[in-house]
Amino acid sequence: MARKTFESAGEAPQSRYALGRIHSVESMGTVDGPGVRFVVFTQGCPMRCLFCHNPDTWDASSHAGALVSVEQLIDEFESNRPFYRSGGITVSGGEPLLQPGFLADLFAAMHDRPAGRVHTCLDSCGYAFDPAHPERTARVLDETDLVLLDIKHADPDGHKRLTGRDPARILAFGDELARRGIKTVIRHVIVPGYTDTQEECEALGRLIAPWRNVVGLELLPYHTMGVAKYEQLGIAYPLAGVEPMDKARIPELREAVLRGMRAARQA
Amino acid sequence: MTRNLHIRIHFRQIQLTLRGRPVVPRANREERGQAMQKAWEGFTGGIWEGEVDVRDFIQHNYTPYEGDESFLVGPTERTTKLWGEVLNLLEEERAKGGALDIETKVVTGITAYPAGYIVADHPELETIVGLQTDKPLKRALHVNGGIRIACQAAEQHGYQIDPTIIDIYTNKRKTHNQGVFDVYKPEMRACRSAHIITGLPDGYGRGRIIGDYRRVALYGLDFLIRDKEAQKAATPHTMTEAVIRDREELAEQIRALHQLKQLGSIYGFDISRPAENTQEAIQWMYFAYLAAVKDQNGAAMSIGRTSTFIDIYAERDLARGTFTEEQIQEFVDHFIMKLRMVKFARTPEYQNLFSGDPQWVTESIGGMGVDGRTLVTKMSFRYLHTLENMGTSPEPNLTVLWSTRLPQAFKEFCAKTSIASSSIQYENDDVMRVYHGDDYAIACCVSSMRVGKEMQFFGARANLAKCLLYALNGGVDEVSKKQVGPAYRPVEGDTLDYDDVVAKYKNMMRWLAGVYVNTLNIIHYMHDKYCYEAIQMALHDHHVHRWFATGIAGLSVVADSLSAIKYAKVHPIRDEDGVIVDFEIEGDFPKYGNDDDRVDQIAHDVVHEFMEFVRRNDTYRNAVPTTSVLTITSNVVYGKKTGATPDGRAAGVPFAPGANPMHQRDSHGAIASLSSVAKLPFRDAQDGISNTFSIIPGALGKEDQVFFGDLDLGDIEFENPVPTCDACN
Repeated sequence: MARKTFESAGEAPQSRYALGRIHSVESMGTVDGPGVRFVVFTQGCPMRCLFCHNPDTWDASSHAGALVSVEQLIDEFESNRPFYRSGGITVSGGEPLLQPGFLADLFAAMHDRPAGRVHTCLDSCGYAFDPAHPERTARVLDETDLVLLDIKHADPDGHKRLTGRDPARILAFGDELARRGIKTVIRHVIVPGYTDTQEECEALGRLIAPWRNVVGLELLPYHTMGVAKYEQLGIAYPLAGVEPMDKARIPELREAVLRGMRAARQA
Repeated sequence: MTRNLHIRIHFRQIQLTLRGRPVVPRANREERGQAMQKAWEGFTGGIWEGEVDVRDFIQHNYTPYEGDESFLVGPTERTTKLWGEVLNLLEEERAKGGALDIETKVVTGITAYPAGYIVADHPELETIVGLQTDKPLKRALHVNGGIRIACQAAEQHGYQIDPTIIDIYTNKRKTHNQGVFDVYKPEMRACRSAHIITGLPDGYGRGRIIGDYRRVALYGLDFLIRDKEAQKAATPHTMTEAVIRDREELAEQIRALHQLKQLGSIYGFDISRPAENTQEAIQWMYFAYLAAVKDQNGAAMSIGRTSTFIDIYAERDLARGTFTEEQIQEFVDHFIMKLRMVKFARTPEYQNLFSGDPQWVTESIGGMGVDGRTLVTKMSFRYLHTLENMGTSPEPNLTVLWSTRLPQAFKEFCAKTSIASSSIQYENDDVMRVYHGDDYAIACCVSSMRVGKEMQFFGARANLAKCLLYALNGGVDEVSKKQVGPAYRPVEGDTLDYDDVVAKYKNMMRWLAGVYVNTLNIIHYMHDKYCYEAIQMALHDHHVHRWFATGIAGLSVVADSLSAIKYAKVHPIRDEDGVIVDFEIEGDFPKYGNDDDRVDQIAHDVVHEFMEFVRRNDTYRNAVPTTSVLTITSNVVYGKKTGATPDGRAAGVPFAPGANPMHQRDSHGAIASLSSVAKLPFRDAQDGISNTFSIIPGALGKEDQVFFGDLDLGDIEFENPVPTCDACN
C-alpha cells in the first residue's frame, strides 16, 4: 500500500489544535471502514501483537513519526473530497487512542467541515482506554461515528500470549462503546495455531454478545506481508514459520463467532 | 433574399419543435415511400424523418431503463455452438503462429469477396451474418496503405503476395505510403528515424474514423444515396480545388454506398430499404461496419454508439411480440461475436508498437442525455451481458460512458461485470458531454467525436522527453549523436538551471510542433488521396468537423525532470563528444503523481505549451488541432529509443503509459496519483488523457461480508446496518 509519510525534520507546524504524531496517511483506504476513506496512521502502540504487520508504528518516542497538524490533514482530505463521498476519514495506527487530544480535535473538525460533515471512523484495540478515567477519551467518542474494535483473543491467557497485554481494558472499552451506542465492527485476526479454532471463535462470540452496538464482524486471515518490515527494522519475526491463514476457512469461523453470539444472547 | 429565406426556415423549425413533439410537414410524409412507412411504423416522428438525423430519432423514441439486470437471458444453444466453433478457430490461429489464413491474390474492397460463414455448411446458425473475407478469420489483402507493408505482413506469416499485385501497386498504382515518402523533407525523415516523432500512420491506415453505421439501419441505402446525390448537386459552380475535391469525394462516397448495397445482396439481403425489426437493424448496421473493415485496415476501427439506437427496435419488437428476449439477446450475441472476429494482416513492427494486434472495435455504452435522462437502455445491459454469455474478450472494446448520474442498478451491473470479466473500459461522460453533446462515441481508446458529424486525422505522437534532451544538447540526438533538431545553443555548466532549461525547451518544442504538424499534413493529404475512407465518410454529414489529432509521449518523465532541475540539483554528464548522456541528481524533488502542485503544475504547463505551439501551425483541411496523452502500449518502444533523462530515468527504460506517473514514484496512494492526472487540462488534450490503473481486487475493498445486513442474528435489530454519513446522503 502506498502511503504518504511526512517530513519529520524542521519545526513543529503551527495549529490551533493539538498536534498529532503521525506515521503516514493513505489517500485511498478501502479496507478500513466503509467506502473509500482517507486513512491516518498514528505513530506509537502499547501492544506488541505477534502478528502485527506494522511494527514501524510501534515506537511512541518523540523522534518517531512526524508532528502533523489537524489543518494539514484537513487540507489533504478536502483537496480530494469528491473521492470520499461514500466514505470518510479513518484513524488507525499505531494506537490512535494514545493521542486523545489530537484525535478529538481532528474528528470534531471533520464533523464541522463547512463543505459537509465527514464520517469518522476509529480503528483501535482499545488498550489505551482507562476505565478509571473515561473522561480522557470522552471527547473522542463524542465525535466518533464508527469504531473498528480489534479483539485479539477471547481468552485472557491467550490474549497475553498473543499481544503481551491483559485484555481487561479492551473489554472495558467495548463496554463503554456499548453504553454509548457507538456503532462498532469487531475485528479478529485469525492466526493459525492461535485463534483458528471453532472454540476460540465461539468464545469470542459469547464475549461480544452483550454489546448491542455491534453492527459487523470481520475475521482477518493472518498474512505474512509484514515480514519485510521486520527485516528492515532488524527485529526478529515472532511468528516465523507460521503459514498464512487459509482464507477458505474464514466463513466457517465467522459462523462460529455468530453461533457463540446467538447462544449467549438466547441464554 | 436568400439570407432572409434561410432565417425563416430556421425559425419555422424552431417553432415546430417548441410545441412539443416536432411535426414534419405533411408533404414530407406523403412523399415518403411505402418502405419508410412500414419500417417506421410506431416510431415518434421528428426532424429525423425528413433529413438524416439519428440523434433526433433516438431522442424521440428511446426508453431509458433504470431497472436491474434480472431480465437478461443466457446464451442460446446456437450461440454456444457457434462461439465454440469460433474458439476452435482462434485456437487454430494461435497454433499457426497468429494468422489462420491470408488472402494473397484478391485485393480487398467492399464487394471483393464472396459470402463467408463461421460454419460453411451451416449458415443458418448465424442470425447476424457477414465476414471480412470468404472464410472466418482469414485476413484480407489491403494494399492502398502501402504495398511493402502488405508484403511484410503476409511474409511474417509465411505467405507471398501475388507478384502481379506487387507489380501493379509498385509500378502502376501509387499507394498512401509512396505518396508520403515522395513529399517528406529530409528533416521529417530524420525525426522519424530518431523516434522523436513516432508511430506515424504513413505506412498503415490511420483509422479513428467512425461512420454512423446506424444510418443504414434507420434509412436504408436508397435514402442515403439520394441524400449524397443532393449534396453533390448543390456544390458551388466555380471549380476551385476545394470544390473539385469535394465533388470527387462525394462521388466516391456514392459509389461506396452502392457497393454496400451490393454487399447486402451478396448475403441475400435488400438493404436499400430501412430495417424493419431488431434483427434487420443490427444486420444492416453490421453490414455498414463490415464494409468499413473490408475497405480499411485502420489503426482503430471503432463502431460508435449503437446500443441505445438498437434498443428502440427491440422495445418495438417486444411490444409487438415479433421477438422474444431470448431472440434479441441472440442477435446481440451474434453481432458481438462478429466484432470479436475482426482481424487485419499487420507487420511485426506494428505489433511491437501496439503490443499485439488490437483492432480497437470500440463501442460506447450508456452516458447521460443533455436533457437529464439517462441514455442507458436495456440494450446497454445486453451488450455488456455478452461478456457473460460468451466469456470475456478484449474486443469489441466495450466502453461505458460513466456519469455520476447513471442509474444505480446499471452502475452496479457494470461493477459486477467488470469484476467478473476485467473487460470494460470506463470514460468520463460528465467531462466529454460538455464538449461533444450526447451522441458522441469513442474511437480507439479515448478519442471522442460526435457520431457522423466529427472525424479525426489520427496523428500518433511526439516524444516530449526526447525533445527535452534535444533542448539540452542543442538538437543533437543523444542516441545517434546526429544533428536532428535545429543547432540551438546547448546548455552549459555543471548544474542545470531551471529557467535556462525551460527557455531552451520551449524553443525546441516550438520547432518540434512545427515539424510534427507539417509531417501530419503530408500524411493526411496522401491518405485522403490514395486511401480515402469512402464508405465511412459516406456515413457522415456533408460538412464534417475535422479534428487534427496530435499526441505526446513521456509527459511524466518531462514533469519529473523539470521538477528535479527546479527543486534538486541536476548535474549533466557529457560524453567525449560533449553530448549529455546521463545525469547526477543531488537531493530530492516533488514527483508527478502525488497530488503535489509544485510538479503537477509543470505537467499541466507542458501540455498547454506544446498545444499552443501546435496551434500556431496551419493544418490540412483546416482541421482543429487537439492532442492526447494516451500511449497505452507504445510507451515501452518510445522509452527504448530515448536516452537517460534528468529525472533519474536510465537510458532505454520504458516511459509510463499515457498520463501515468512514472512507475513507483506515486507514493501517496491511488487517489493522490489520480488527482495529479486529473489536473491536466482537458481543453488542451481533448483527444483524451489516459491513466492505466491496476489494482488487486483485495485492495478495492473487502471480499467478504463485514456488516450483518440481513443476516439472521436472533434478536439483534439494526436500523441502519451499514453506517452512512450525512455528507454522503
